[in-house]
Amino acid sequence: MKPILETKNLTHTYGAGTPFQRDAIQNVDISVFPGEFIGIIGHTGSGKSTLIQHLNGLLKPTSGDILLDGKSIWSSKAFTRQTRFRVGLVFQYPEYQLFEETAYLDIAFGPKNMGLSKDEIDARVRRAAEFVGVPEENLNKSPFELSGGQKRRVAIAGVIAMEPDVLILDEPTAGLDPVGREGILANIREYQKKQNATVIMVSHSMEEIASNVDRLIVMNQGTVAMSGSPREVFARAEELIAMGLDVPQMTHVFLKLREMGLQVDPSVYTVQQAKEALLALKEGR
Amino acid sequence: MLKDITLGQFFPGDTLVHRLDPRTKLLLVVVYIIALFSAKNYVSYALVLLALISVVAISRISVKVLLKSMKPLLFIIILTGLLNLFYTQGEALVSFWIFTITKQGIKSAAFMVLRITMLICGTFMLTYTTSPIALTDGLEQLLKPLKRIKVPVHELSMMMCIALRFIPTLIEETDKIMSAQKARGADFETGSLLSRAKALIPILVPLFISAFRRADELAVAMECRCYHGGDGRTRMKQLAYAAADVVAMLLGVVLLTAVIVLARFGL
Ligand SMILES: Nc1ncnc2c1ncn2[C@@H]1O[C@H](COP(=O)(O)OP(=O)(O)O)[C@@H](O)[C@H]1O
Ligand SMILES: [Mg+2]
Repeated sequence: MKPILETKNLTHTYGAGTPFQRDAIQNVDISVFPGEFIGIIGHTGSGKSTLIQHLNGLLKPTSGDILLDGKSIWSSKAFTRQTRFRVGLVFQYPEYQLFEETAYLDIAFGPKNMGLSKDEIDARVRRAAEFVGVPEENLNKSPFELSGGQKRRVAIAGVIAMEPDVLILDEPTAGLDPVGREGILANIREYQKKQNATVIMVSHSMEEIASNVDRLIVMNQGTVAMSGSPREVFARAEELIAMGLDVPQMTHVFLKLREMGLQVDPSVYTVQQAKEALLALKEGR
Repeated sequence: MLKDITLGQFFPGDTLVHRLDPRTKLLLVVVYIIALFSAKNYVSYALVLLALISVVAISRISVKVLLKSMKPLLFIIILTGLLNLFYTQGEALVSFWIFTITKQGIKSAAFMVLRITMLICGTFMLTYTTSPIALTDGLEQLLKPLKRIKVPVHELSMMMCIALRFIPTLIEETDKIMSAQKARGADFETGSLLSRAKALIPILVPLFISAFRRADELAVAMECRCYHGGDGRTRMKQLAYAAADVVAMLLGVVLLTAVIVLARFGL
């Protein structure tokens, strides 16, 4: 299978030539395949936000390239603009970008910029609102009078309504309560399944990432430190902890068990896997 | 794009210029501006320029940064230069259509451009080498006598301090909002003037809302820490003049006197 999105030797330096110059990411090579659900994790300042803002051409690389369907997104102005629509990016705290009089109009902003017909825009707005769980009656309210969780959902719907091939979300659950978190994660999962979309989610909660993604990219100090399935990554739990990242609770338990001398695999990260691993251990004995 | 604006920015450092008392620096900037506007001819300009160059050299602010910060003001500088070039009476050198360039015009344009550039560089040196807090502290101290005539000096300087403090935050915020709207296909670069002005709405509305939210939060945070204006307020860092301040002030006075005397003799 060919990757839909690729970065080649991507490097970005902020404030080049000033006293505040600093490399945010260095030589990042990642490939994203159609239909994948990818998680990007790393602690604050590791370059996650910088990386994803390159994927839809918001930031121009200092060196390196980004390929969409094998073609450089900077090859022409028209293609850069097209990339904006094909790769949807939901920023961190997206509710701070709401501006329209009603939630409906705000969700319609993206599709309108795409130059779609009125009927198509209407259909997309309603579809997107349904995906993220914004009830009909909220669509005609001002986005500023909605609750925090609803605001966030409206903002996410604003990007989903553009129906991008790749949906990127920067810490979509930051600052929400546990119920709100799980709700939004479920919506994103459902969107990915139904639309067969490619999703990239940035997070710094291991727990949240572990139970949702197919593949995990770990960023550390501006470079890709690890990449692989959650099990492959959690098998290197000690390295993750050394980087200052948390690992899922179950992985912690299994690390402890192994320290105590039990022959268990520490890459376990869900209760189900834990049960299987422990049963296997018991039978093996 | 917005990051290129370095107006009011502070570049921390530990040079002689950085360590001067903010009051000294404020007064020296005033002295410098008076000297600059008293300068009439080559010698006096050279003297003021020399003073500016020495300060820049001592402060180790890179000349590149200083010149880059002129970029937003380039238009005004060029316009002033052109106006002076074409509208000064005197001995005509070239003339075409309605324009006449005179010898005096070239000279006055060159001096005007130099004067504005030096004015901007000089004042930027103040904000580049003085932290906003020190700057407003110094200003408050200098303006203290005005309290007698009921000018709310403390409140004004607190407002200025907060404004300076939030410039970078607001720029950062604007950048973020712009990126977010660009991600939804907003286009700020093409189209007619009207459509470009309209394109600003998706930026301005969120920006205003967040500015008000921030102001609200800040006010609450300040009240929670019992802020109630300037009365009876003491400070952690007391301003005190040092030997360097006296020397710097003396040099400033010497510069001003020299320039005024030189200007008298038309130099
Ligand atoms: N607009 C910016 N200007 C200058 N430096 C920045 C900017 N954005 C991020 N950085 C710096 O780049 C590094 C990576 O930041 P970021 O990509 O936001 O990391 P993360 O999203 O993983 O927290 C940080 O050290 C940060 O300070
Ligand atoms: Mg981030």
